[in-house]
Amino acid sequence: MKSLAKLAVYIGLALAALTFLYPFLWMASSSLKPPVEVGTISLIPLDATFDNYRTMWSRAPFGRALFNSVLVATTITFAVLVLGSITAYALARLRFRGRPALEAVTLGLLLVPGQLTLIPLYTLMVKLGWIDSYAALIVPYLFNATAILMLRQFFLQIPQSLVDSARMDGMGELRILFTIFWPLARPALSIVAIFTFMGSWNEVLWPLLVVRDAHLMTLPQLLTVFALGGGAGSLGVSLASAMVLVVPVVVAYMFLQRSFIESMAGAGVKG
Amino acid sequence: MRAEERSGWQLSAPFVLFLLAFAAYPICFAIALVFMHWDLVTVPSFAGLDNLVHLATDTRFWRAVANTFVFLFIHVPLQIATALALALALDRPLVLRAFWRAAFFLPVVISGAVVAILWSNLYATDVGLINGLLARVGIAPVPWLTDPRTAMPAIALMVTWKNVGFYVIIYLAGLQNVPRSCREAIEIEGATSWQRFRFLTLPSLLPQTILVLTLSTINGFQLFIEPYVMTGGGPLRRTYSVVLYLYTNAFSYQKMGYAATIGVALALIIGAVVAVQRRLLGRAEAA
Repeated sequence: MKSLAKLAVYIGLALAALTFLYPFLWMASSSLKPPVEVGTISLIPLDATFDNYRTMWSRAPFGRALFNSVLVATTITFAVLVLGSITAYALARLRFRGRPALEAVTLGLLLVPGQLTLIPLYTLMVKLGWIDSYAALIVPYLFNATAILMLRQFFLQIPQSLVDSARMDGMGELRILFTIFWPLARPALSIVAIFTFMGSWNEVLWPLLVVRDAHLMTLPQLLTVFALGGGAGSLGVSLASAMVLVVPVVVAYMFLQRSFIESMAGAGVKG
Repeated sequence: MRAEERSGWQLSAPFVLFLLAFAAYPICFAIALVFMHWDLVTVPSFAGLDNLVHLATDTRFWRAVANTFVFLFIHVPLQIATALALALALDRPLVLRAFWRAAFFLPVVISGAVVAILWSNLYATDVGLINGLLARVGIAPVPWLTDPRTAMPAIALMVTWKNVGFYVIIYLAGLQNVPRSCREAIEIEGATSWQRFRFLTLPSLLPQTILVLTLSTINGFQLFIEPYVMTGGGPLRRTYSVVLYLYTNAFSYQKMGYAATIGVALALIIGAVVAVQRRLLGRAEAA
């Protein structure tokens, strides 16, 4: 009886896992199939070909979009780590007038839905002349309230004696932050880095608003425009273009899945 | 002490400037835009209550609100049930436990745009895999995304599939907190596994359920890329979401004042729905 129940659990898990994995496996294999085979359920292409990838690459600037996405996501992640740490350090370790108010405002920001500020931010980009520029994709994301609060929480746990003795040695606050706090805060920094990078990498609504020039589009945006505009022309080609967005993420996920799950679930709960 | 005060100000200054430009200003300007007509080209003009009156009588807006509620009524209960079921299945010593968890979480890390393109193909009436599987058991093809009755449920099902791994993690963390002594005690009392679930596990997971409810509701109100890619809001506008309507007003019609009004209204609706949910379940938690 006990082992029968156990078997049922494993069968259930296997069916569930198949539901989550099969569509992605099918996408990967279909991107390698010639048009006559694409509709089939089989995972093994009978006549594997890179034609879909060649077509996709030649019809829209996917190479450039890959570059844009990497540039934007990396810059934002770097900024959120460095600038967020600086803010978090001030909030966690320095006493100054206005700090409680700043903390309250940062916490309050988590409650403001993005839709409220979407249009005013867009009109601000128009007024600044930032439409069709990297600035519009990057600058509004330079700071992140969730990241600041997470890092602040972590910095609060670092013993005051370390800070005191560093100050005694004449170290400035920024040096204390980057030479003493950063090495200790690596778990928190990697959590922030993953959810920031993934958030930026997958973001599509904001780019759709502020970028119209195909050469400045990020990958998810170009993919959407390409698939909707009929540029793909065939299913295999549109799946091949989706693969460009998915493969780097899946490779990183396979190596770092524990950190990914911890990071993205943690950010959602706190955010 | 003076030095600490000065460093505090210096180090928080960049964030304060950022807040002023990219949070305080947009929030204030959102309110101002409610009372403006602006097409981004000509000078903005004072609109009085035009946008609010238009919003109140705009059947397209209320259609989008109703659609979003249809989405939520299917998505949220389904999300809670599937996340809870998978978490319960995982909450035991298992071979390959990390693998199962990672498999369930995979769609969470994939871009919504990719998932939407992929599922458009899975849902396709003639060549889609889902209808292909149904045909094998003798079920006639269902026009998932082109029938006004099935389009929104189909999208809700897909979004549930995409996000479930995220909520499984929340429930798994909650299951760690069910006291082992209670589990043992209730087993000695001779409770069936259903009784154990109903009277021990489920009540002790109430905080997680409230969290899943709140997050999946907020997330549901943000529905955009799925209808944008899969249906364009059709058929018969049945999958037009509020955010898609906001985007269309800003991007296609250049009505900044009206789009901002929709944004403000949506923020208020989200706040009200989440407050009602919290109050109802908070009462359950206190009881």
